[in-house]
Amino acid sequence: MSSTAYDYVDGNAAAGELSRIFATDVTAAEGQCAHCGAIKRFAEAHLYMQGPGIVARCAVCENVLLRLAKVRQRVSLDMRGITYLKLDTSQSLESSG
Amino acid sequence: MWRVGTVVAFHNETATARTITLKVPDWPGHIAGQHVDVRLTASDGYSAVRSYSIASAPNSEGRVELTVERLPNGEVSPYLTQEVAVSDRLELRGPIGGWFVWRTQQTEPIQLIAGGSGIVPLMAMIRSRISAGGTAPLRLLYSVREPEAVFYRDELQALSNKDNPVTVTYAYTRAIPKDWPRPPGRIDAALIANATWPSNVGPTCYVCGPTSFVETAAGFLAGLGNSPDKIRTERFGPTGDRK
Repeated sequence: MSSTAYDYVDGNAAAGELSRIFATDVTAAEGQCAHCGAIKRFAEAHLYMQGPGIVARCAVCENVLLRLAKVRQRVSLDMRGITYLKLDTSQSLESSG
Repeated sequence: MWRVGTVVAFHNETATARTITLKVPDWPGHIAGQHVDVRLTASDGYSAVRSYSIASAPNSEGRVELTVERLPNGEVSPYLTQEVAVSDRLELRGPIGGWFVWRTQQTEPIQLIAGGSGIVPLMAMIRSRISAGGTAPLRLLYSVREPEAVFYRDELQALSNKDNPVTVTYAYTRAIPKDWPRPPGRIDAALIANATWPSNVGPTCYVCGPTSFVETAAGFLAGLGNSPDKIRTERFGPTGDRK
């Protein structure tokens, strides 16, 4: 295996950055890959965090689901690889536990 | 939103890992398995953020325990494992994550598989299961370099000695205790088959560790008939560095 084969972590790891944007936890949400149609939790995506931003790829087809880039106080978010997200708003970040 | 926690205690788990206990006044409570982001800011304004799993069970006292492993060339972990002192203040964001969690309402058998410091969020699940009571039986398979690298050693020992619903299996990768039946080595299919719940009892499996370890363990669990949606994973990345 190449040394870069395992450079990803789970989508879980994006929860902190995404909590700056969304009021509900996105990582537990179910979403559909716009490329292959796989339906999985965002937490199951492959997450690459080595660069200046975050790239999430589908765990099935490796197509890009989401890109998040930060430049100083501005955040750019590209979610064209996700057809939809189903969020559970009963589990808001501030009332968990 | 960043909160400020105050260090109230710490102790070393191993030669390279330390548990830090924080009091966080406005802590909203957490679920076992969640993590926090910790932000350290230097005097010149440079800041670094790292994710650390919460080791403590949910509690009502605003108490959050983090166990941090020191990484060579780390930016944050050397400070947290060597320099942090009681009454220091740390910036925290969290609790974070709603997927890699065990909720006290769950009654199905629990299968935990830890690689190295991947034990931390799983320990929160064990502690949560014990403190909440309930009926879910629990098995832990803990792959670790050597006996001296085991986190929470005395607590795990006590849990597996007493009349508890917790079964712990250690798998050592480099060095074994005297008379240990299994030679040192990585986890394999036979070990996973022997040490984990049969898939027909429908366990929810939680696997946490370095990425390659998680790939391997989750693959074996699926091969034994566990449904992919019952296998939840948390990968640290290639080095165990949680960026």
